[in-house]
Amino acid sequence: MLTALDKRLLEEIADLHDEPPGAFNIRKDGKGIQRRSLEGIEIKSKDNQPGIDVIVAAGKEGSVHIPVIMTETDLNDLVYNTIDIGENADIELVAGCGIHNPGSGKAQHDGVHEIIVRKGARLRYSEKHFGEGEDGGKRVLNPKTVLKIEEGAYAELELIQIRGVDNTNRVTEAEVKAGGRLVMFERLLTDGDQEAVSDVVVKLLAEESTARIVSRSVAKGKSKQVFNPRLLAYGPGRGHVECDSIIMDQATVRSVPEIWAENAEAELVHEAAIGKIAGEQLMKLMSLGLTEEEAEEAIISGFLK
Amino acid sequence: MFTLDNISLKLEVDEKVIPILHDVNLQFEAGKMYALTGPNGSGKSSVARVAMGIYQPTGGKVFLDDEDITNLGISERARKGVGYAFQQPPRFKGMQVKDMLGYAMKYSDGFNCQVLRQIGLCPDDYSERTLDSSLSGGEMKRIEIATLLAQNPRVRIFDEPEAGIDLWSFEQLIDVIGESHREDTTTIVISHQEKILNMVDEIVLIEGGTVSMRGDRETIWPRIKESAECACKKNCRLEENLYADCPR
Repeated sequence: MLTALDKRLLEEIADLHDEPPGAFNIRKDGKGIQRRSLEGIEIKSKDNQPGIDVIVAAGKEGSVHIPVIMTETDLNDLVYNTIDIGENADIELVAGCGIHNPGSGKAQHDGVHEIIVRKGARLRYSEKHFGEGEDGGKRVLNPKTVLKIEEGAYAELELIQIRGVDNTNRVTEAEVKAGGRLVMFERLLTDGDQEAVSDVVVKLLAEESTARIVSRSVAKGKSKQVFNPRLLAYGPGRGHVECDSIIMDQATVRSVPEIWAENAEAELVHEAAIGKIAGEQLMKLMSLGLTEEEAEEAIISGFLK
Repeated sequence: MFTLDNISLKLEVDEKVIPILHDVNLQFEAGKMYALTGPNGSGKSSVARVAMGIYQPTGGKVFLDDEDITNLGISERARKGVGYAFQQPPRFKGMQVKDMLGYAMKYSDGFNCQVLRQIGLCPDDYSERTLDSSLSGGEMKRIEIATLLAQNPRVRIFDEPEAGIDLWSFEQLIDVIGESHREDTTTIVISHQEKILNMVDEIVLIEGGTVSMRGDRETIWPRIKESAECACKKNCRLEENLYADCPR
């Protein structure tokens, strides 16, 4: 039975107001509490480690929600999920973790997702992180996503961490085979003393494989962010990395994009920018009647949208 | 009535204090359209920025009707009904056109997204476009003008609305500025375009950081041309449209 707090956390991370429409698995405080499989989308517990297997049949269309919520302090939850999207399936997968830490101890969730997108399949994957607390206890989230995109498959990843997470170390690894496509959007906001590290490695393995990695972040307060997006072409693939950060207050942002080609037909581009909010942007919005704070908020909200 | 009373402005650039405006006295009446014109660097945009509160004047006062708004910031002036379409509108990553129009309408009883149609952009095509480098300079400029139309302020200042806009759109732009002008609105257009100068009630010539002439078109036009020729002889840098007859 979901409490009001559970429902609020689910709304924050997965936009769920009720039971999800498709297949789902809700994990709370280290245990699966609700689950529904459907024909063509089977969700089952792993035998030898914490976590689930999600098996989507070939050609299946639908949605799968696998959110995690944590409501206890002094809790360290580690989970391994494997998601296997069958050939030519078309799936929306919503993950994410919401932490409400009621105490002064640490609440930590480490989630490892291994996702296989089989030939010709399409995956839209969103993962949103959110943290809040009452007594100063740390909220820590360390997600790792390992993605294999087979021939002609498409994966779109939206990775969002907007507020309340004290420390995060995100790892995203992807291998893209011939004709496969990956689009990844990462959005991150840190404030106070929060720290975030994002390591991304995308390997373009063969011809017509493409990847687009877009990272947008805002660093406020004394927070620290580090981005290490790496795009490697072993075949004649095409890729683009774009890291863009707004830096404010006494924050620190380090962005180290890398492109690497081992094939003369590869085309790789990277762009990285770090800068404050431009004065002209603030003045434009203030000339419409917004206060400086409202203008700043509007700029950040648009930037991270 | 919108009044700039004995305005002076100095700006610090590279640790040097540069005089920009001096003794600027201007009164703009409701229901009338004005053009500010003059050579590059003469101070036209600075006058507009002082009016909007982007620059605080070093001397003088700004009045909206009888209220002294000199010490009000940009936001407060906007809420009281002063609006400004930037000469070079800034770009915003991620912010959509409809967001910007929404902000414009937040503190006014302005129009809706249909203002895009007025300046020749289809709302269905443009309202969800982002205000970033995917839009051309001309599109940005037209959206900037639409934003001021959406804001619908009592005092509206267009800073070189023609800049970067193609000829076809320019005709439409003139129409929309004229048609949206109302009896209770003061419209001030910074421009060098003869067609814009022809549509206003009064022209103000700014030279060397101050008002050198003002009057209706018939009175002031010959004097502007004369002034331009004078400036030509001094090898001044001149505006292409207004001073087209000058020897190069």
